[in-house]
Amino acid sequence: MKHRHIIGCLIAGALCAGPAMAQELTGTLKNIKETGAITLGYRDSSIPFSYLDDNQKPIGYAMDICYKIVDAVKKELKLDKLEVKLNPVTSSTRIPLLANGTIDLECGSTTNNTERQKQISYTNTHFLTASRYVTKKASKINSIDDLKGKSVVSTAGTTNIKQLTEANAARGLNINIIPAKDHAEAFLMVETDRAVAFVMDDILLASLVAGSKAPGDYVISKDAFSKPEPYGIMLRKDDPAFKKVVDAATAALYTGGEGQKIYDKWFTQKIPPKGLNLNVPISSELKNEFAKPSDSPDPDSYK
Amino acid sequence: MNYNWNWHIFFEPNPTGAGTYLDMLMSGLLLTIKTALLAWVIALIFGTIVGILRSLPSKTASWIGFGYVEFFRNMPLLVQLFLWFFVLPELLPRSAGLWLKQLPNAPFWTAAIGVGLFMSARVAVQLAAGIASLPRGQKNAATALGLTTAQGYRYILLPMAFRIIMPPLTSEFLNTVKNTSVAITIGLIELTGQARAMQEFSFQVFEAFTAATAMYLAINIVVVTGMRFLERSLAIPGYITGK
Repeated sequence: MKHRHIIGCLIAGALCAGPAMAQELTGTLKNIKETGAITLGYRDSSIPFSYLDDNQKPIGYAMDICYKIVDAVKKELKLDKLEVKLNPVTSSTRIPLLANGTIDLECGSTTNNTERQKQISYTNTHFLTASRYVTKKASKINSIDDLKGKSVVSTAGTTNIKQLTEANAARGLNINIIPAKDHAEAFLMVETDRAVAFVMDDILLASLVAGSKAPGDYVISKDAFSKPEPYGIMLRKDDPAFKKVVDAATAALYTGGEGQKIYDKWFTQKIPPKGLNLNVPISSELKNEFAKPSDSPDPDSYK
Repeated sequence: MNYNWNWHIFFEPNPTGAGTYLDMLMSGLLLTIKTALLAWVIALIFGTIVGILRSLPSKTASWIGFGYVEFFRNMPLLVQLFLWFFVLPELLPRSAGLWLKQLPNAPFWTAAIGVGLFMSARVAVQLAAGIASLPRGQKNAATALGLTTAQGYRYILLPMAFRIIMPPLTSEFLNTVKNTSVAITIGLIELTGQARAMQEFSFQVFEAFTAATAMYLAINIVVVTGMRFLERSLAIPGYITGK
């Protein structure tokens, strides 16, 4: 019995090791070639990056970019057919699902920073956003200093709440910081007057305001808590072959002018399902980045 | 699996600038314990009152008890916390609602009261069952001795009933601790909340939740050990729990 057990282990080991040595493709590319499928992770309510339309189909700016990447992967592997599988992710599940191979790309609005790069890689930045706040016009908050002593909400576990905490300490604002579970709930706190302001990425604030009951009641601040920070599409770390294909695909998209077209479609025109228009023309920083695509996590490199 | 394990992450400084990631989790643990203890006290007080109401001979009293229990146990805890936190202040007059919304530590008090009332319905059912399990003769004997209903409960029925229902109360105490994790929906950054925050900052998902799991286990082992000790010293000889 004991011998048979050992032999079993040896056979299993040989089977696993065998094909890896024979193939020249590695990692994700190898996997895509073998299964004939690539899996995209999407967010269900990250408007306009990645969200569900009225047919429960994921659409958005990041999804469009991901489909372009899929085309490039298909061409690279010389496949006739490449099946695209879609898998929903949340901010809690995106890392485990990427790590265990359930998804190959995360198409959403994930901030690219140095800390996170220890765990995963990003392709070229597709958006830049700064940390700002939304208030009701009626509360007459005109600058960060006007928030002194007030209740301000931000989403727990985001870089934004961290910046708010730092600014609060550095400028002695004495703000009562309320952490909320997600963006929708944080916005609800401003809507119901539990907080006077909500600190978040300005683009997410714009989409929350556009989708609210009375968009005219809210104003997004001019003052920012941070420099514009990059969003990137996530892929597994230590997979240089796949990253090369994805980087080349996104770089070609941005420098060729098509990136700008996709941007305009989602940020300056009416988007489904409710026909909202976010009215956020491309920033000069992002225009520069499109000319010279980069996956740097450093906000200073995007000037 | 392509995952970069880093168990040293707990000793690295967290980005909020106040200590390490471990400190972050510990502050969450402390908040979980505080919320759970307050919720449990509320659950015991209201559970006892409603449990007694349910066992009284008066029809009205038992209807009130019935209504209370069904109201609190038939709604998901998540929905209840949401109602207390977001809906209740809107139903009040505007100034009272605004006052309630701007109370300091609102998520903490709402969570403790919300979880407490939810658990009180369960305590009430168990207490009523404990009282019902006593032989009818006990109540009759109390009346025969000239005790009023209140005195009968105070000196005869409740001491017996509570000692009989100790083991299920242990489970309810454990559930109270675990149920506090739902409070993250109303912005209470307790242990689960801190684990999520740690995951968002560092992207070390598995380390964060492994630590949170270990901490929940540790609290509950303390609770179980304490309650086991209490159960043994309070068990009534000759009843289910006594030997």
